[in-house]
Amino acid sequence: MPINYYIFLSIALFAIGIVGVLTRRNAIIIFMCIELMLNAVNLLLVAFSKMHHMKALATDAATTVGTDGQLFVFFIMVVAAAEVTVGLAIIVMMYRNIHSVDVNFLNRLKH
Amino acid sequence: MVITNKNPVYSVLWLIVTFFAISGHYILLNAQFLAIVNVIVYAGAIMVLFLFVIMLMNLNKETEPQKNRWLRMAGAIAGGCLLLVLVAALKDTHTKQQLAMTNGGNIGLIKNLGKELFTTYVVPFEISSILFLSAMVGAVVIGKKE
Repeated sequence: MPINYYIFLSIALFAIGIVGVLTRRNAIIIFMCIELMLNAVNLLLVAFSKMHHMKALATDAATTVGTDGQLFVFFIMVVAAAEVTVGLAIIVMMYRNIHSVDVNFLNRLKH
Repeated sequence: MVITNKNPVYSVLWLIVTFFAISGHYILLNAQFLAIVNVIVYAGAIMVLFLFVIMLMNLNKETEPQKNRWLRMAGAIAGGCLLLVLVAALKDTHTKQQLAMTNGGNIGLIKNLGKELFTTYVVPFEISSILFLSAMVGAVVIGKKE
């Protein structure tokens, strides 16, 4: 499958995430849109990894070129999981303090 | 669907559908390990966490205050412009001939990935475990009643 299709699909997912971050006011939805953008990048990394692997496979049958890309995706998933944990804890704390998840009330940073 | 739904619970469900679609792409690209990890970590753990928080805050009523119209429109236009610029910039590149190998190649299998992970990338792996520990401690400290 041409790599162009994957590029455009990833760009579309990323743009949807950007639009979500810019237009919504619910902090949880904004967070989910960030996850969407991370996943768009992951998909592109895997696609490029396979493209690279296919090019290297033409010269060497037993090559493992392209493994790095998939491991980067793995590490991105690890970091995203840690980020979600802390971020949701912050959102819960914010809801406990101001009884809302509206980001427009958070323009002061101190309460 | 994720961003247009008023109800956050439906947003989460649509996001799960999106993640399953992305996992399907991983399987098509023969990256089975990442597909399984994606399903377990994202569609399983993270989305359950989101749903739990939404239910905890009782947000599943559609009372989200909306931004005013112009701000929403400006956001949508900005995102659309980004999409347009990126597509226009990448439309005529020479990547058209490059193919991504589907249904072949065994670098996505867990044997190769594990070998690479525990030889070349063993230090980042251990650092990520420390990151997890600190994230866990941080979440507990933040979530604690002060």
